[in-house]
Amino acid sequence: MARPADLELASVTKRYGETTAVDSIDLKIKAGTYCCLLGPSGCGKSSTLRMIAGHESVSDGDIVLGPEVVNDLPPAKRGTAMMFQSYALFPHLSARDNVAFPLRMKGSNKVDRSIRATEALKMVDMERYQARLPSQLSGGQQQRVALARALVTDPQILLLDEPLSALDPFLKVRVRAELKRFQRELGISFIHVTHSQEEAMALADLVIIMNNGRIEQAGAPRDIFNAPATEFVARFIGGHNIIPEDGRKLSIRSDRLQLSSGGHGTPAVVRDVEYQGIAVHVSLATETGVEMMAIVPERIFYSRPFEAGEAVKVHWDPADIHELAA
Amino acid sequence: MLDEKSRWTPYWQAAPLAIVFLVFFVLPLAITFMVSFWTYTGYSIEPALVGDNYASAFDKCIDSLPDLCTTFRTYLSTLKFCLMVWLITLVLGFTIAYYLVFEIKSPTTRIVLALLTTIPFWTSNVIRMISWIPLLGRNGLVNQALMGAGITHEPVDWLLYSSFSVTLSLVHINTVFMIVPILNSMSRIDKSLIEAAYDNGASAWQTIWNVIVPLSKTGIAIGSIFVITVVMGDFISIGLMGGQQIASAGKVIETQITALQFPIAAANAIVLLAAVLMIIWTLLRFVDIRKEL
Repeated sequence: MARPADLELASVTKRYGETTAVDSIDLKIKAGTYCCLLGPSGCGKSSTLRMIAGHESVSDGDIVLGPEVVNDLPPAKRGTAMMFQSYALFPHLSARDNVAFPLRMKGSNKVDRSIRATEALKMVDMERYQARLPSQLSGGQQQRVALARALVTDPQILLLDEPLSALDPFLKVRVRAELKRFQRELGISFIHVTHSQEEAMALADLVIIMNNGRIEQAGAPRDIFNAPATEFVARFIGGHNIIPEDGRKLSIRSDRLQLSSGGHGTPAVVRDVEYQGIAVHVSLATETGVEMMAIVPERIFYSRPFEAGEAVKVHWDPADIHELAA
Repeated sequence: MLDEKSRWTPYWQAAPLAIVFLVFFVLPLAITFMVSFWTYTGYSIEPALVGDNYASAFDKCIDSLPDLCTTFRTYLSTLKFCLMVWLITLVLGFTIAYYLVFEIKSPTTRIVLALLTTIPFWTSNVIRMISWIPLLGRNGLVNQALMGAGITHEPVDWLLYSSFSVTLSLVHINTVFMIVPILNSMSRIDKSLIEAAYDNGASAWQTIWNVIVPLSKTGIAIGSIFVITVVMGDFISIGLMGGQQIASAGKVIETQITALQFPIAAANAIVLLAAVLMIIWTLLRFVDIRKEL
C-alpha cells in the first residue's frame, strides 16, 4: 500500500519568459487530505498542479514530498500520479493494458502486472470491460480506467486536472461522490484542480483559492464560505453581497438578507425575481446604487411575494456582517 | 420521384472518379493481363491464350535450383534495393517526422520545415539524379575533397555507377513519401498521451516504442507502400545511377518493351505486380489502413 505523505510548497514560482504564472506560493497539505485548487482560468492552479506532478519545471522554490525535495525528479520517481483532463488513455491499448502500462514501463513481470491491473480495475468496478479499447468505453468508464491507471502504482498523492469537466451534470455528481470515497478508502492526498466552487465545496477538506498566481485564501470550505478573506474570494465563491461602507468593504451572505415592504432597513428596488425551487433569488439595487442579491426560502417569499420594480426594505442581523480585507 | 432521384445521386457523384479509374487503371491493367498470354515473334504479335511467356520468364528457374536463374537473381537484387531503401527511408522519415511533430514547438516553424522537405520536388527526378554525377564521379567533388584531405590517393570508384549511388538516389527521391504520411499520423497523436506516458514512468525510448510507433503505424504502412511500389518498379534510377550495369525487375520489362516484345514484357509486368501485391498484403496484415482513411 501507498505510504501517505505530506506535501509542502515553499515559495514555489513559475515564470514563462516575462510572465509569472505562479508567484511564490507557500502551501502545506497534510497526508490524507482532499485538497481542491480553485480559481478562474489563468489563475495558476494548473501550473501549480503540473509543477507538483513534475510536468512543469519549477522556476524558483521547493516542492517537498514526504522527507525529500522532489523538484528535479521525474513524475514516476516522485510517488505522484496524475489523472489527465481528457484522461489520456492510450487508444491502441485495451483498458487492462492501459492500467498495466506503468507497471510494464517499470519492468515488472507479466504475472504481477496482470494481478495488479485486474485488482485496480476491480477497485473502480471496471473488470468486466478490461478487454475493451478506450474508444469502446463511455466517458465515465474511461475516467474509471484512467483512475485505475493512476492508482495502480500506489502513488502517495493523486493529482487530478479538472477530472469532472468532461462529464455531463448527472454523472458529475455521481463521480464526485466516488472520488471522495476512493480518497477516504485509500487514505492518500488527492489534489484536484477545478474552476467550479460547487465541486470544491462538495469534495475538499482544504480549499485553496488562487488568483493571479497567488493564493487568496486557504482553508476548510465552511470557514472560507463564512469568512471570505478578500472581495475576490467573496465574489468567486458566490452567495455573498459586498457592501462598501466608509471606505471599508463588508460582506453578507445572500441567505441572511430579509425583505419587507415597510419598517426600517435599507431601501431598495427589486430588479428581478428568479424562482429556483428551494429558494427564490431576488436581485436588488439600493438607492446608493449597490447591487445585492437576497436568497429567500420559497415558503417565506410566497407568504409575501415581491415583483420586479417594487420598493422594499432590506435588513440583516449586524452579527452576520463580515469585514473583508482591503 | 424524389426517392428515385436520391437513390441514384451517390452513383452519379462517384461516377467521374470511377470512370477515370476504369479507363486509366483497370482497362490498361486488363489489357496487359490479356497481352501477357499472346504470342510473338521477332516481327509480329499474335493474339492467343498460351502460357509460354510466363514459362520463358521463369526459364529453367526450377530445374537449376539451388542455383538461381537470371530472373530470380534479378528479383533478388531488386528486393535487396527495395529493402535497403525502405529501411533507410523509414528511419529517416520517422526521425524527421518525429522531430517536426514533437521537437518543434512553434506551428509556423513546423509548417515551414515541412514545406522545406518538399523542395526537392521542384525539379524532376531525372535532373535530381543527374546532379549527383558531378558530385560522385571519379573527378567529382567528393573524390576531390577526399584526395585533397589526404584520406585517399586514388579516386574512390564505388561512389558512382554502383549499388551505393543507386541506393543513395532512390533514398533521396523517396524519403519524402515516407515523411508525409508518418507526419500526418504522428501529428494526430494527442500530446497529453506523451505526458501520460512520462507520468507513468516511461523513458523517451519507451514512449517512442510503446506509444508513438504503434500510433504512427498507419502512416508507416502508407509510406512503405509508396516507397516499395516505386522502388520495385524503378528502372530509371537503377539505369542512370547504376551505369546501366545493374539489373532490376523494371529494367527487364523496359528492355523487352524497347525490343517490342510486348507479350513477354506484359507477363513480366504481371509477375512484378503479383510480387508487389504480396509484399503489400503482408504489410497490411499488420496494420488496418482503413482506420486512417
